[in-house]
Amino acid sequence: MSLSKEKQGGVKADKFKPAFSRKQLCIPYAIFLALFVVLPLFIVVYYAFTDANGIFTLNNFISFFTDATKVTTLLISILVAFLVTIICILIAYPVAYILSKMNKKIAFILLLLFVMPMWINFVLRAMAMKELLSLIGIKLGSFANIIGLTYDFFPFMVMPLYSTLIKMDKSLEEAALDLGASKTKVFLKITLPLSVPGIISGAMMVFLPVMSCYVITDTFSGSTGFTVIGKLIAWCFMGENGTMINTNGGATISLILLVIMFVTMLFTGGFKSDENLRGTNL
Amino acid sequence: MKDKREKIIELVDITREFEDGVVAVDNINFYVRKGEFITFLGPSGCGKTTTLRMIAGFDKPTSGKILLNGEDISHLAPNKRPINTVFQRYALFPHLNVFDNIAFGLKLKRFDVVYQDKDGKKIKKIEKLKKSEIVAKVEKALKMVDLEGFEKRSVSTLSGGQQQRVAIARAIVNEPEILLLDEPLGALDLKMRKDMQLELKEMHKKLGITFIYVTHDQEEALTLSDTIVVMKDGVIQQIGTPTDIYNEPKNSFVADFIGDSNIFSGTMVGDKKVRFMGHNFDCVDDFVKNEKVDVVVRPEDVFLMDEGKGQVNGKIISSIFKGVHYEMVMTVGKTEIVIQDTVERKVGEKVSLFIKPNDIHIMAKNFSSNKYDGYITKKNTVCFGDGEFECDVTQLYPNSILDEEGYLITENGEKIDLTDVDVNVEVGLKDIEISDDADLGGAIGNIISIIYKGDHYQLIVRTDENEEDFVLDTEDTWNENDRVSVIIPKEKIKLSLKQEIKR
Amino acid sequence: MKKFIKASYIFIVLAFIYIPIFILIIASFNSERVMGVWGNFSLVWYAELGKVKDVIFNTLLLAIVSATIATIIGTLGAIGIYYSKGRAGKVVKGMSQIPVVNSEVVTACALVMLFIILGLSNRSIFGLYVGHIILCAPFVVLSVMPKLKQMDSSLYEAALDLGATPFQALFKVILPEILPGIFTGFMLSITLSLDDYIITAMLAPLGYDTISTAVYKALAHATEQSGKTIPIYRALTTIIFVITLIVVLAMNFVSKKKDADGKREV
Repeated sequence: MSLSKEKQGGVKADKFKPAFSRKQLCIPYAIFLALFVVLPLFIVVYYAFTDANGIFTLNNFISFFTDATKVTTLLISILVAFLVTIICILIAYPVAYILSKMNKKIAFILLLLFVMPMWINFVLRAMAMKELLSLIGIKLGSFANIIGLTYDFFPFMVMPLYSTLIKMDKSLEEAALDLGASKTKVFLKITLPLSVPGIISGAMMVFLPVMSCYVITDTFSGSTGFTVIGKLIAWCFMGENGTMINTNGGATISLILLVIMFVTMLFTGGFKSDENLRGTNL
Repeated sequence: MKDKREKIIELVDITREFEDGVVAVDNINFYVRKGEFITFLGPSGCGKTTTLRMIAGFDKPTSGKILLNGEDISHLAPNKRPINTVFQRYALFPHLNVFDNIAFGLKLKRFDVVYQDKDGKKIKKIEKLKKSEIVAKVEKALKMVDLEGFEKRSVSTLSGGQQQRVAIARAIVNEPEILLLDEPLGALDLKMRKDMQLELKEMHKKLGITFIYVTHDQEEALTLSDTIVVMKDGVIQQIGTPTDIYNEPKNSFVADFIGDSNIFSGTMVGDKKVRFMGHNFDCVDDFVKNEKVDVVVRPEDVFLMDEGKGQVNGKIISSIFKGVHYEMVMTVGKTEIVIQDTVERKVGEKVSLFIKPNDIHIMAKNFSSNKYDGYITKKNTVCFGDGEFECDVTQLYPNSILDEEGYLITENGEKIDLTDVDVNVEVGLKDIEISDDADLGGAIGNIISIIYKGDHYQLIVRTDENEEDFVLDTEDTWNENDRVSVIIPKEKIKLSLKQEIKR
Repeated sequence: MKKFIKASYIFIVLAFIYIPIFILIIASFNSERVMGVWGNFSLVWYAELGKVKDVIFNTLLLAIVSATIATIIGTLGAIGIYYSKGRAGKVVKGMSQIPVVNSEVVTACALVMLFIILGLSNRSIFGLYVGHIILCAPFVVLSVMPKLKQMDSSLYEAALDLGATPFQALFKVILPEILPGIFTGFMLSITLSLDDYIITAMLAPLGYDTISTAVYKALAHATEQSGKTIPIYRALTTIIFVITLIVVLAMNFVSKKKDADGKREV
């Protein structure tokens, strides 16, 4: 066997280090993330706490929280996002539940039908809904907004719920039935609590994006001027003609959104990366 | 061993400590001879798989050397070692069919070929195996494992036994010097396992290469191996042929792990005389008088006779038919002994047993503490060693307390009556004191042995009634046959439950 | 009865999803610009798709290129994370979570600020592609990770044992094993990129439009010049819908065939 002599007496330095290790494969990704994700977040913090001359200040926050329109927009965003999330759960949960109890093959086809719209650009979908609403005579405004947001975000809710429900050990439900629980009790005491992780990761797909997704609100608000917090950030960087830039103001609102994100994460305990986000496991 | 074959692989002072501080393999030394079938045997977590992984190259020793044909390969990458492995769960590549799985190693092989051109100059070329050679080798390997015609099958469609064969073929096709097998039969059912054992043995004969096998199944090890290495807690307990290991276990662990055995605590009472089960037996092993020893008796070596005719009398308390023989349990006083015999004795029958001197295997005891069987009394004291001692019963349940009525309240608030609960009692050698005052201690006996141990004396105090012994270390001087009482501080008595109490 | 309720519930929700799309599809064949008024059956809007061909091209190129790059670095990243047991792996994994949970608008504006602080233009093709890769790569990691976890951990060692170098073991064993995860990650990246509006709106050079931004502009300025393109996008939606339908049917067919093959072999 060719245990060559050179190898044995060879360079001592590489004795412990193989030429290549699998760990090192994440170096490009790590650099990319550090440069374009982590560093920019530090810059956001920097801009949020400085004025135009780069001097430390809290004025950005003071002016945000003293501006009634901005604060109202923030509160309305949270309220709307919360409402839309709840509506999406209420619509999607029964769908996921019914599908999880069905014959697997039919369920798969139906599931495809539910997630297929995700392949159509969401602005196009918003356009479709807008045209339908105007056709049946629903006026643009907050009600139209709720419908539009629900329409666009609800498919994201089905997948995580379905995959949690389908993964659930069926014998648990049977065990509960066996122990004398009624079907309603089984659902309330077993199925629902066990599907909470799915509800959480589904909610994460809806709640935060709704707050920042001003495209939909712009589309469905018409002249009512109803908008979400994301619009305020975008404004700081685009102005009316896309040239005016207010980095400090934008950074401040971004930081506020980041804090809201952290708070929601704290409340929900984050989400499990293994969950089927956007159907990663379809 | 009188084997003159050369050593193929040798482990020198190998230690493997994991990052979390666990020492999986603790300074082991052994060698394997060319063509040998050697088995690492031990319970899970004994370090056998880690040892195998270090030989394969997947794990590196923290210290020590692995020599292959005399060369240190401790830090050589696994792909550069002439060693192949059959993995526990086969590790067949699911995306490749049977042929491509087996040909995987062959396709990667590169070797230097030296040509001479017209001018006589030597030209070195790196060549691969020719396709036809690969096909021929794979065919041969498939034939070896009886899977001809399976080339195109997807591995996921094979049964467990077939996957096992592919895994073996994939390893041996590379003509390794050593084949490592990591519990390869673990996933197969009993019948299949027996068949594969025979085939492996056959294959070992045909190939003539060294097999290093890892298993926790003692019967498999006895069937297959030329040599068995018994391991426990990262330490080699015994190396020997299957017969050696079975007949002359070096310690009670080996005896207990290999085959069925009765293990007794005994004391040497004279020249080739050992006392256990309250009787002095003749034996063939030489130990110092009064030394504490482990006595191993195989169930098939115990003969049953009518009451009074053997060495010790007792009563049969259970009898189960096991196919070839009956497995019976007999009690002698408080001791139980398992017996295998082809003649059945009925439960309740009074019998007598006889053990031949050379069937009594005596092993030195690593004596570090006194162990007794005891029980808790109404007063929450513990009775053992012909005495009664104060003790702390709350150690039986973590975070428990005693209420004023003497019931134990557990962490979860359960109330337990400990009266008559059987416990294991352990007392360290240094934790026992003795006194001339007979009323001070929990038990009374005579000093029967005093051994000077350099800086202290080791004493044995034996009680009258059941001849229970207390071994203790002391710096004071005593005389043999002094009558003393045994004092053990409450906190030094370690108790553990024999079994969970039914509530 | 219960079955009927369940079936009708599913049907109603599906109707909620598809009615707007179907109405749009019908309208795309209407010669009239306004929805409520039915002129003639006409393919005129399909004929005018050429007017938005740049937008379609921009969108597709952006999606394919950024999804490809995201898939490569994301896959390598996932393998690296999976095999680094120590702190480094956890740090990278943590960083990888940020874009997933973060709002797109924050990701985009943070990037804009990075470019500003570096003295670069806040709107550039480079920035646009970086933004889309950030959007996609973490989802590639999320898709590949479960496949790595499912893989028998001794496969890599088996390859080394049989003489493969670590590099060969990676290409010949690990990659083929996680290929389905890589494919899912790639497809997901495509949909994410196609669906994105905010990052494109904030980072793309002025005048560079993808379907999202172009349709947004058309909707926002329905009465002006750009608003005239709305009917064309109805036609585009119809085409996208048909393509999606074909892909889904094909996928369904393939998976059914796989099932059947599996049964035959067993």
